[in-house]
Amino acid sequence: MPRIMGIDIPGRKRIGYSLRYIYGIGPARAEEIITKLGIDPALRADDLSSEQITAIAGLLQEQYTVEGDLRRETQSNIRRLISIGSYRGMRHRRGLPVRGQRTKTNARTRKGGKRTIGSVRGKEARAAAKAALKK
Amino acid sequence: MSRSIKKGPYVDEKLYTKVSKMNEGGRKQVIKTWSRRSMILPDFVGHTLAVHNGKVFINVFVTENMVGHKLGEFAVTRSFKSHGISNK
Repeated sequence: MPRIMGIDIPGRKRIGYSLRYIYGIGPARAEEIITKLGIDPALRADDLSSEQITAIAGLLQEQYTVEGDLRRETQSNIRRLISIGSYRGMRHRRGLPVRGQRTKTNARTRKGGKRTIGSVRGKEARAAAKAALKK
Repeated sequence: MSRSIKKGPYVDEKLYTKVSKMNEGGRKQVIKTWSRRSMILPDFVGHTLAVHNGKVFINVFVTENMVGHKLGEFAVTRSFKSHGISNK
């Protein structure tokens, strides 16, 4: 199992496929990297020479944002939207879909598991429900 | 689909002239506007615009980060109602 950039360990697959295990690299970029470096696409990740691995790592460092950096970038973009008080930021904060999807039904990916909502009757029950919600 | 770059950002003519007049005179005043569709230009930074949400005007203080967004994004049109738990 070769390691590329420290953390990522793609498996016993063709490199075009195993490179996609790196966060930020999909089919298009994997192919781009292979053609740029002139690596045989039929090669398995295990069979890469150490020079090829360092070449891939170098290219990633120079031209792409991947893994931690990419995650941080996405997070900071979201934080920006929230801090300026835009509609999209508000949707992020509430954990609702951001791009205008319907929420009457579905939207379960953003909203998480199903929660049954009903009216809470009585003063004490309401206070208890409120406390539970805050947690 | 996003707007063609060739056309440049869309801003309502009337709003733009008002803001640029204020910039020339160095005055600062809240401008009421219904033009939610206008994009925020770098010229708008530091001004306060009152953006209509269909019912009332919501004051939006424009900061540098907001450039490129539309005014309507900062004046919410819906009221969020939830079931059961009232604030009383």
